[in-house]
Amino acid sequence: MLSVSGLTKTFDQQPVFSGFTLTVTRNRFAVLIGPSGCGKSTFFDVLTGVTPADEGLISWQGSDVDHLGDLAAYMHQKDLLLPWFSLLENSLLPARTGGEDLKQARQRAIQLFSRLGLDGYEKHLPHQVSGGMRQRCALVRTLMFNRDLVLLDEPLSALDAITRKSLQSLLLLLQSEFNRTLLMITHDVDEALLLADDLYLLSVKPMRVVEKIELYDDKPRRFDNPELLAIKKTIMQKLEGDIDHVS
Amino acid sequence: MSRSNLLAFGILVLVLGLWEATCRIFAIPIFILPPPLIIAQTAVLKAPLILPHALTTGMEIVCGIGLALAVAIPLAMGMFAWPWLEKALSPFLVVSQAIPVFALAPLLVVWLGYGMAGKILMAAIIIFFPVTVSLLEGFKSCDREFRVLFRLMGAGFWQTMRLLYWPWALPHFFAGLRVGVTVATIGAVIGEWVGAQKGLGYLMIQANARLKVDLVFAAILWLSLMGLLLWFGVGWLEKKSIHWKENQQIL
Repeated sequence: MLSVSGLTKTFDQQPVFSGFTLTVTRNRFAVLIGPSGCGKSTFFDVLTGVTPADEGLISWQGSDVDHLGDLAAYMHQKDLLLPWFSLLENSLLPARTGGEDLKQARQRAIQLFSRLGLDGYEKHLPHQVSGGMRQRCALVRTLMFNRDLVLLDEPLSALDAITRKSLQSLLLLLQSEFNRTLLMITHDVDEALLLADDLYLLSVKPMRVVEKIELYDDKPRRFDNPELLAIKKTIMQKLEGDIDHVS
Repeated sequence: MSRSNLLAFGILVLVLGLWEATCRIFAIPIFILPPPLIIAQTAVLKAPLILPHALTTGMEIVCGIGLALAVAIPLAMGMFAWPWLEKALSPFLVVSQAIPVFALAPLLVVWLGYGMAGKILMAAIIIFFPVTVSLLEGFKSCDREFRVLFRLMGAGFWQTMRLLYWPWALPHFFAGLRVGVTVATIGAVIGEWVGAQKGLGYLMIQANARLKVDLVFAAILWLSLMGLLLWFGVGWLEKKSIHWKENQQIL
């Protein structure tokens, strides 16, 4: 279980969040959704240890940690593949930096390549394949971290609608097949609704959880489900209300 | 031949043609301004005389490049690794460029003599600055998200340098090196003007004093060709090193 309590971060005497508290249960898909500029990215920076928190506690599996820098894998909206390495070499980076046995890691990576529909593309350079395939490769790399917790920073927002669809189901695989615990930030309501178990609505600065919505279990979800549409309507109203309130 | 190549060739022919015609029509003496055909003839016929000098100058430039790189690369890495080092050193770097290097040339002769050492140092001083600055800028231009990724992968600074920063900065590095090698010829030649026993600069001074202006121009021609060779050499090296940019479509 990931638990964050009383997290406070101030920039130029402006609190980005103060006393921010959040719990993510193991093997759940938690999605933080909020308007852009609400402090989601700063929150991730604090989690990953890029910038320290002013106050607050982060704990993973019951033990307190300074940050999740060496406990979590990370996936960004940019695929962050290095253009000078082949797709396979890119996916092996976490194994290389972690000093793992490269032979074993290579085999595992090749298996993941075929599981995620990338077989035959191991030797290609990133610029030789499509954006969707690059993001698949980033997903393999995320899995190669061998870390239970995965932080997703709007991982699909740079993709076109069709590619996104297929990658959404791959993200669900992270949870169902690879037993990862996922924490995603996004401003895409539809994506949040399709993927999340627990949806956290965020307010603008100072950022706090306005509401936690637990969604029903059966995934993949479809938007022709009236229940989902009803939830979407509530969320949209809440988010819009929040923005109106500010302006 | 493409349109741009055709134009470039056309301009060259036009300029040389005008030059040749002017010399002939006004019967300008060869010791004032020799026509291009005579220069070309001298450059070829006097090759046995020019070649040893060209080799010396070439050696000075290549050694200068080597020396400059040996200092610039570790320095840029150090300044990137430790920002306090950059803060401390950057005023000196700027001052080192504010001093006109050519003014140092006579001093270098006093200190290092008539041999190659002074000329190598001159070339190195000139190349070193653009390479250091552009390499450092290259390191700094690395996207934040990539650094976060490497941080989360638990990579140390030097591992990140090898896998991320260095290849990332290579295009910047080569841009700096290109600027450096083209001006390096100037450094070496000025060093030779001031005091040397060999080299194209020395040859030019000697020929000029004897009013062998065609030989002066021939030496300049050789020097220009060497500069071009260096330029294309660096370009070739760049293409080899940045192989992933090859065939990459530019939209």
